[in-house]
Amino acid sequence: MADEIYLAGFVALAALATFATRVIPFLFLQGHTDHPLIKHLGRYLPAAVMALLAAIFLQRSADWSTTVPGVDALIPGLLVVGVHLWRRNALLSIALGTASYMVIQQTGWLGG
Amino acid sequence: MNRSVFHLTLPVLFGYLPLGMAFGVLFSTQLDYAWWIAPLMGVVIYAGAGQILAVSLLAAHAGLLEVFVAMLVLNARHLFYGLSLLRQFHGAGWRKPYLIFGLTDETYSLLTSRPRGPDRAHEQEIDFRITAFNQGYWVIGCALGALLGKNVAFDSTGIEFALISLFIVLTIEQLKALGQSFPIWLGAGAAAIAVMILPPAHQLIGAIAIVTAVLLLQYAKTRDTENFEGQEHG
Repeated sequence: MADEIYLAGFVALAALATFATRVIPFLFLQGHTDHPLIKHLGRYLPAAVMALLAAIFLQRSADWSTTVPGVDALIPGLLVVGVHLWRRNALLSIALGTASYMVIQQTGWLGG
Repeated sequence: MNRSVFHLTLPVLFGYLPLGMAFGVLFSTQLDYAWWIAPLMGVVIYAGAGQILAVSLLAAHAGLLEVFVAMLVLNARHLFYGLSLLRQFHGAGWRKPYLIFGLTDETYSLLTSRPRGPDRAHEQEIDFRITAFNQGYWVIGCALGALLGKNVAFDSTGIEFALISLFIVLTIEQLKALGQSFPIWLGAGAAAIAVMILPPAHQLIGAIAIVTAVLLLQYAKTRDTENFEGQEHG
């Protein structure tokens, strides 16, 4: 029961936070679209947030106790970077990265 | 009209079905909830990266404050979409709340790039249908993926790497759009500091706080050098 309440609260808050990011400009920023602080954050914040999410979750998905620490996640991560720079097809990059990580984890290859 | 809207949104269909399915499979293989929660999240949250991050946060039983802050910041780029659509959505009446709710990356790019006629109400009706079609594709993808994940037996160990792959792809896209790598290093550096000094439950908020603080400091500094009235805005 407690878990259902947690899930309901979780979904409600996630929905509220997502809607807030979409509705705030229409509620408060009418007429402030040229404010330099908004432009500054708009330019740099999204890229910085994506990089920090990639870094934190990459670190969590790696095994740091192997001979070459973290190699089980760093190889799939580099594969995503390489394939994406090469073909620039988001679904292809995600599919290949995920598949290679799954193979590495499931076979225990790379000394997992 | 629905026919032309369908044609216009076809590229989104091909993007949203597989990504929605990836979320659905992730949801039903990583978590122990009923399958229909996945499409329900597609209906009420409706955010690709946000929902995929939500699976990790649910699996880790993250605190609700952290969930709220993480979702807010992950979707912060949407703040800047709205700014460029203030005029286009003006006077859209009952359709306006839904147009704003459904403002994903893909819907935004369709609404801002398609040719528009002089009849404002008619164009807003088309905007409304484009938004609804796109969300329809997304919800169907979420449902198909969740059912697939529940009913097809396969070893899903490691499938959560889809989230990291998605974040890496989005980082590269941001880098290409921006042409500057400094925010990427800022984000990665903030993540490294947070991982070293904070327990896992607080790393996300900690890194976000570092990034925001550095950007505000940098803003204050450039304002100071540009004119001395900068302090009045502090």
